[in-house]
Amino acid sequence: MSDDIVNIEVDGKPVEGRRGQMVIEVTDHVGAYVPRFCYHEKLSIAANCRMCLVDIEGAPKPIPACAQPIAEGMKIFTKSPRAISAQKATMEFLLINHPLDCPICDQGGECELQDLAMGYGRDVSRYNDGKRVVKDKDIGPLVSTDMTRCIHCTRCVRFGDEVQGKPQLGTIERGENVKISTYVEENVDHELSANIIDLCPVGALNNKPYRYSARAWEMEQRATISPHDCVGSNLYAHVLRGTVKRIVPRDNESINETWISDRDRFSYEAIYSAERLQTPRLKENGEWRDIDWADALSLAAEVLSAADSDKTGIIASPNMTVEEAYLLSQLASHLGTNNLDHRIARRDTSNQDADPVYEGLGCSIEALESQGAILVAGSNIRNEAPIIAHRLRKASLQGAKVSFANASEYEYFFDVADYISGNGLVSLLAGIAVAAADGKDMHASVASICKDVTASDADKRIAASLADADDALLLLGNIAGRHAAYSAVRALAAVIGELTGAKVGSITEGANSAGASLAGLLPHRQAAGAARKEAGLDVAAMLEGELESIMLVNVEPDSDIHASSDAVRKLSEQKHVIALTSYISEGLLEAADLLLPIGTFAETSGTYVNVAGTWQSFSGVANPVGEARPCWKVLRVLGNLTDAEGFDFVSSEEILSTARESLSDTAAGYYDAASVVAKPNGADAPDQEIDTPLYSVDSMVRRAHALQQTLSAKRIADER
Amino acid sequence: MAYEHNQVCFHTLGSDESWTLATYEKDDGYQSWRKVLAGELSPEQIIEEVKASGLRGRGGAGFPTGLKWSFMPRDAEGQKYLVCNSDESEPGTCHDRDLLRYNPHALVEGMAIAAYAMGATVAYNYIRGEFLDEPVPRFEAAVKEAYEAGLLGNDIQGSGIDFDLYTFVGAGAYICGEETALLESLEGKQGRPRFKPPFPANFGLYGKPTTINNTQSLASVPTILRKGAAWFAALGPEGSGGTAIFAVSGHVEKPGNYELPMGIPFKDLLNDICGGVLGGKKLKAVIPGGSSCKVLPAEVIMDCTMDFNSLQQAGSSFGTGAVIVMDEDTCMVKVLRRIARFYMAESCGQCTPCREGTGWLYRMLTRIVEGKGEEADLEKLVDVANKIEGHTICALGDAAAWPVQSFLKHYIHEFEYMVRNNGRSIVDDPSRAAA
Repeated sequence: MSDDIVNIEVDGKPVEGRRGQMVIEVTDHVGAYVPRFCYHEKLSIAANCRMCLVDIEGAPKPIPACAQPIAEGMKIFTKSPRAISAQKATMEFLLINHPLDCPICDQGGECELQDLAMGYGRDVSRYNDGKRVVKDKDIGPLVSTDMTRCIHCTRCVRFGDEVQGKPQLGTIERGENVKISTYVEENVDHELSANIIDLCPVGALNNKPYRYSARAWEMEQRATISPHDCVGSNLYAHVLRGTVKRIVPRDNESINETWISDRDRFSYEAIYSAERLQTPRLKENGEWRDIDWADALSLAAEVLSAADSDKTGIIASPNMTVEEAYLLSQLASHLGTNNLDHRIARRDTSNQDADPVYEGLGCSIEALESQGAILVAGSNIRNEAPIIAHRLRKASLQGAKVSFANASEYEYFFDVADYISGNGLVSLLAGIAVAAADGKDMHASVASICKDVTASDADKRIAASLADADDALLLLGNIAGRHAAYSAVRALAAVIGELTGAKVGSITEGANSAGASLAGLLPHRQAAGAARKEAGLDVAAMLEGELESIMLVNVEPDSDIHASSDAVRKLSEQKHVIALTSYISEGLLEAADLLLPIGTFAETSGTYVNVAGTWQSFSGVANPVGEARPCWKVLRVLGNLTDAEGFDFVSSEEILSTARESLSDTAAGYYDAASVVAKPNGADAPDQEIDTPLYSVDSMVRRAHALQQTLSAKRIADER
Repeated sequence: MAYEHNQVCFHTLGSDESWTLATYEKDDGYQSWRKVLAGELSPEQIIEEVKASGLRGRGGAGFPTGLKWSFMPRDAEGQKYLVCNSDESEPGTCHDRDLLRYNPHALVEGMAIAAYAMGATVAYNYIRGEFLDEPVPRFEAAVKEAYEAGLLGNDIQGSGIDFDLYTFVGAGAYICGEETALLESLEGKQGRPRFKPPFPANFGLYGKPTTINNTQSLASVPTILRKGAAWFAALGPEGSGGTAIFAVSGHVEKPGNYELPMGIPFKDLLNDICGGVLGGKKLKAVIPGGSSCKVLPAEVIMDCTMDFNSLQQAGSSFGTGAVIVMDEDTCMVKVLRRIARFYMAESCGQCTPCREGTGWLYRMLTRIVEGKGEEADLEKLVDVANKIEGHTICALGDAAAWPVQSFLKHYIHEFEYMVRNNGRSIVDDPSRAAA
């Protein structure tokens, strides 16, 4: 290791760096700030802005710190007259054609150019000729453009090329006519595209929905967690007087690095959707009317207490917080029912007894990058978890063989090793399992499925890639989880894992499938994975059964329930349906007879456990809309009103600490091939597979205006 | 004094169809290459010979060619490339064009030898887009003739040596004459210089070790090997071996391309070779090596010899050997404005000082010419030029700055005159007309 240490001097102080580091990395590390625009640690080096010029002893001219590798004995002066003069010169050049319209620029107050101009600019410009004006581009509903402000750092260009893998912006023309542009008029529509807003050091690329609605300095920055996928991307909400104005990424190298998906960034618009349920509502004789909370809660408690314990059911979303899931599970125990489930998208639960405590990724999110081979089966992963798709792309760029087994073909912006498709997922995986067994006897659990299956060349290559890599992973996605023969899918996955040595993991539904499973929001499992004596009804069985009361929590039966078809009609035939919901939808109005308004993730505190098992708590960031209340408070009162014991929590933190006592040592797991027996109870037809479009995954996303204006969303709308 | 013309690159000139293989071979062409094919010349010998010849790059920077070749990791595994830079775009320069038209085989042979010496089996000749009319077809015809004569290809004449040569035609951008921008363009990308390090010898075309040489440099190689390094070196003074093709333009009686020994006194070049200043006027200034070089006043250049050291000592540089001659009636402000416009138009736009600064320079000069200049602009011109110089990825920024610095250094009175007289040039001063 000592060979890797390079001794240099920064501003006269001896400093150690690692071989291969650029000067700017070392100066940043020791806190000797060098101004920069084009440099970004997640992007390749462009060295084009010339703002980071520093003085290096022996060099005939100032050297860009971002592009100069350190060398033994190098003496760097970041603040010598030559360095400062070069930096000031660059600033002067950058400003001559910059409009300096900071007072009407959304970037004002949080602009890298504005900040650095304070230190390196002149108070009066020496430039008295005409300034350049550049026509703005329409690049879609998410990112606004003011191209006259552009300083051509090309961060946005490099983001498209290097992070998305889908080059959408580039430079056209030359000299001072250089413009950032799409080559052909088009929208930027990658699922991570809006990160260019944060990358842009000036106000050229800005947040379109947020445009002109607040100033950076008048908002509060509050940390929160994304509720839209199993990743748990770290977010900041920027809040003005209790209203969320925008969402930006919060750096977390082990989860989302410095990126967030467009879904995470713009879903906040739905907090203020016109479809928010503002007050509790009751349906009497087919007519809906507003009622007050006290009446609504006692009505709900009455219904729940009156029902026979085995005639009561709870269907909740996998987006519940751990605290909410724990209270629901406790409430169910109190009511004496095991009919509770959060697996609203799962169609086949037939071998659920072999479930792990919760389905996990199989490795940490960061470790995805260091896998040697990854097989993604039954997943439109760019839709399901954009950040995980990004990590897979990075793995592929670092040499991993990333293959896909999907009924349908989806587009990826990296070299896919093999892509098998066309058949149902069970057939596809059976081929790989046969290839992995390589003539040996097939494991009994899947022997009947694999009988008469022959492995194709692609199957063999995939199986070999998993077997040959030091670290290999088989990932089952949402489409797999919703497969009508999921028990066969996961049995095959377990067998392939056992035969090849690959880990098996899942991309799970919602933000907190893991937490909901841990908390015992399942018909067959109590908290921490202990089996219930007698399993209750799963989602499909509750809908088919004749229950007296069903409580729907954060579920829109017309869109979210894949476990059963025709959920709205089935619910409307039940005696009592109480829905805790943030939104009104036609399906809910038809299915339910009591609606209780609960807050979105922004209006409640809670905890999500992501797919890698990371617990992340957050506080409420926004004032509640209308009379909506945090779901945990509603559940707490329902507990009190039904005389449940231990429902005296005064904060979500109290619930969490109580819940954690029983959950702390539980780890994610996957199926043991020996214990899983495939009991396929559904068809393996490709056209039966359920893929939720990118901007339809949950009730918030479906109501986020800007996201619904994107091409991805409009294409779906047009198809309908 | 009589000077011998056309000893190296233009040796076939004057023959019928000087560009054909037959003519070139009659003129001892391909002898050096045949020696290589016969195994009589090792790569080390070639590189040593080129080093000893004192050949320096004719593309502008004057880097010793043999030394450049020795930087190539010749024995490293994998593909290596040779690239010839025929993107001749430096204002005033037009000798590569004639080389391609009249003696393309010298270049083909030079490239084959250079590639062999550096372990490259593939070479590209990147030719300026505007040369599509005559130089490109002539060069391509020569390559075809050479292939047909069994001088190029795989296992050439059973020697075990492979060499393939391709022509690539650029789209007419000055910046693509910068070697790394040329590589980008050759790869099909926008012609923008790369940041160095890494240098092309380590990370060049498609990331492989690559050497880029100028057309004239490569075309000199066959003669050097045939007649010997000592002969070549002795043609010119110390530090500037061989001949150079001087592309003389501007106010002279006989402008043109003249291949002459390095170190010829400027006054002989002007008076004996080019017939003196046009119309017998007085000489005012000369840009000795293309518009990117610093301008030299008449009294300075008249004492110079045309070689690397002499011109450098005089405060300019040899550049490409493009000699731009300006007589006493030339308005230096207008000349500088025209030059500044060129660099503004040709900046690739990648790095800030050049992208923004070249336009600023041009606009200030335009204002001055239009009579709207201020005295403060003159200081500002130099200051802006100083802030571009040395601050950019490639040398285009320097090339844009040097004319401004040198014109204002030597001819500040012309700029002051124009600013004080609402845009009237000093050459239009009434007192001059009266005289």
